[in-house]
Amino acid sequence: MVKKQDQPVSGQVYAPPVYPMKTKTRITVLFVVMVGLLIYSSQRTEVTFSSLATGIPNMVQVFVKFFPPDFDIMDAVIKRLAETIQMAVIATTFAALLCVPLSLLAARNIMPNRWVYFTVRTFLNILRTIPDIVLAVIFVGLFGIGALSGILALIIFSLGILAKLISETIEAVDMKPIEAMRASGANSLQTICFGLVPQVLPQFFSFVLYVLEINIRASVVLGLVGAGGIGLLLDQQIKFYNYPQAMAIIIVIFAAVVIIEFISTKIREAIV
Amino acid sequence: MIEFKNVSLVYPNGTQGLKNINVTINDGEFVVIVGLSGAGKSTFIRSINRLVTPTSGELFVDGENILNYKGKELRSLRTKVGMIFQDYNLVKRSSVLKNVLAGRLGHTGTLRSIFNLFKKEDLALAYESLKRVNIEDKLYSRADELSGGQQQRVSIARVLTQRPKYILADEPVASLDPPTSHQVMKYLKKINQEDKITTIVNLHFIDMAMEYAERIIGMREGEIVFDGPVSQVTEKTFEDIYGRPIREEDFRGGAE
Amino acid sequence: MALQLPPKKKRPFAKRARNWLIALAVIAIYIWTFTGIEIDFAKAGERMANNFHRVIPRLFDPNWETFSQVMDKMMETLFIAFIGSLSAAVLAVPLGFLSARNMTRNRVLTVAGKWILSAIRAFPDLILAILFVVAVGAKPFAGVLAIAVGSIGMLGKLYSEVLESIDMKVVEAMEANGANKIQILFHGILPQIIPEFLSYAIYRFEIDVRASSVLGYVGAGGIGTLIYFASANRNWNDMGMILFVIILVVTVIDLLSGYIRKRIV
Repeated sequence: MVKKQDQPVSGQVYAPPVYPMKTKTRITVLFVVMVGLLIYSSQRTEVTFSSLATGIPNMVQVFVKFFPPDFDIMDAVIKRLAETIQMAVIATTFAALLCVPLSLLAARNIMPNRWVYFTVRTFLNILRTIPDIVLAVIFVGLFGIGALSGILALIIFSLGILAKLISETIEAVDMKPIEAMRASGANSLQTICFGLVPQVLPQFFSFVLYVLEINIRASVVLGLVGAGGIGLLLDQQIKFYNYPQAMAIIIVIFAAVVIIEFISTKIREAIV
Repeated sequence: MIEFKNVSLVYPNGTQGLKNINVTINDGEFVVIVGLSGAGKSTFIRSINRLVTPTSGELFVDGENILNYKGKELRSLRTKVGMIFQDYNLVKRSSVLKNVLAGRLGHTGTLRSIFNLFKKEDLALAYESLKRVNIEDKLYSRADELSGGQQQRVSIARVLTQRPKYILADEPVASLDPPTSHQVMKYLKKINQEDKITTIVNLHFIDMAMEYAERIIGMREGEIVFDGPVSQVTEKTFEDIYGRPIREEDFRGGAE
Repeated sequence: MALQLPPKKKRPFAKRARNWLIALAVIAIYIWTFTGIEIDFAKAGERMANNFHRVIPRLFDPNWETFSQVMDKMMETLFIAFIGSLSAAVLAVPLGFLSARNMTRNRVLTVAGKWILSAIRAFPDLILAILFVVAVGAKPFAGVLAIAVGSIGMLGKLYSEVLESIDMKVVEAMEANGANKIQILFHGILPQIIPEFLSYAIYRFEIDVRASSVLGYVGAGGIGTLIYFASANRNWNDMGMILFVIILVVTVIDLLSGYIRKRIV
């Protein structure tokens, strides 16, 4: 709305500003805050344009050391890579199973009890904030080095993500067929199986594949803390300055992730 | 003045959009093009501002053949010709004022327009245009907060701000309800008479065509099959143009 | 009259074959997975019994003395994420335009753009961090670079999807007005995309905060360095504090960013 004092006096020609005062001040304040934050954070982290200028030639120098990649250690790499993928598959499977009851509890339209809904939701949100590395470190502390720690860490990590995605899908479902089933005398379990599941199933599989992708990427790094997989191998090579071998590992990881993502995307497109 | 001389348009897939069009439109006229969907009305109108390009013939606007225009000449032509669309084509999230100012973009330097440094005269002109369609109080509202009829009026204001010599309207009322449609057509007619801007409108409603047009051009399958003053037009003429008997959906209704 | 069973549903052969193939593949993968994985359950169980009381109770008894130090490092984490995220949000814009089919006429460029973005997205952030630590040393700068490069991939893809879904008729209307390409960009295209771009950038910031909190583990600055020390020293009280701060800060950031994103669109 045009403010009273901006109204033209009769007889004058009125040229309104392109943006009203309110918008202009808002945007200016926001801009100043952002720039201020940027300056402050760049000071604290010592990241400036000059560090970029000196950093880039340095980077180029170092990257040259990584080539040509040395594929001698391929046997060990493949074995570890297999372990990485296996960890991700197992973890995703268990996460998918566990998230079925959890996401039902966290969906407002299925769980009428507000306290349960709220508690489960908050629990899942907290799970989602914990970085995978921290979980891995804790499990290694409990169970020792090895794939088991990694798998458990991944399960907890992906449970939060998957349950949130699924519960949101459940909340967006069409309730009318479910109402109709309740009205015809079906009990809760039957209603869920015949009314809810068919609507959610394609999205469910799509999300499971999506979380599988995430878990494979996460599984790669868990090795760093000793939780199994290829991460440990990469870290060792770098610590020993075996850069060409490290590059070989990176290339293999990259190829594996790209291929799996590609397959997963194709399957997801076919499902939904 | 707009002059079509043997203008034809053949699409890449072989269909003919326009077949040998010969017609002259004089300054200040209010012309309505009628015909069924696919008859070529839209192609005809869009040739004038080169949103489509005829494949043969000559199209003269103010004495110059525009068919080979490129770059600067083309943009210069388009600043002279204003266009109103069926779907209003406003930037939904921008304010009404910003949308109307877009009409001056052709006259504003690129650098100035990026920083929204429009001249005072342009801003005043935009405001005046909004007053002419009685919507100046919605100056800073987001375009998608307005109703269909209001958005079309903003569209008209945008075209007015261009100060064009010609106004083209491609099915301007097809998305609006009957009372609003008449309101929009009345605005177009008023502007044509007050500013003496040549106006060419595409309509497929018979009653609206007969009510607002001075001259009616009928098209069928890419050809002009009728061209004459509205006084000479009857329902029979429309049956000839359409090539079929008239139906109820050909009428808009709702005239006050 | 006896009731008849309904006729069996006829499924096209190709679809049935495809479904069987997928089922077989999935079963094969599972067999490979569960037989291939080497887990010594006995040893793990033994370890767990020994370590449980050393780890879990201490985790839940955080070391409050380190609170200010941990918060300090967490702020550093946030700054790393902020700079990295912001740079990526800006740099991904031209890449997004390049990969959008309605902005770039050249099919080769759009496909190449999409492929480059997918390639970048394949790298786990931590691997990028390791590489950058090797390249520029163990400082926050490495973290910023890792975050920036990692985010460009996802943002670039999302940006190009937003661009491909805008209303091109608005562009047509401005062309009809006589505006040139740059004016159309600023007045027709940008107003349509800016809210979504901002929303995605803020969403990515949430993810980047999480990513930044671990980068320090490999030396790229932030709270990850503390994670490394606590883990190496088996100092579970400290770890508990770190966990607490991370959960707190990330939750607050998530809530804020959710609120802002709702207001924008």
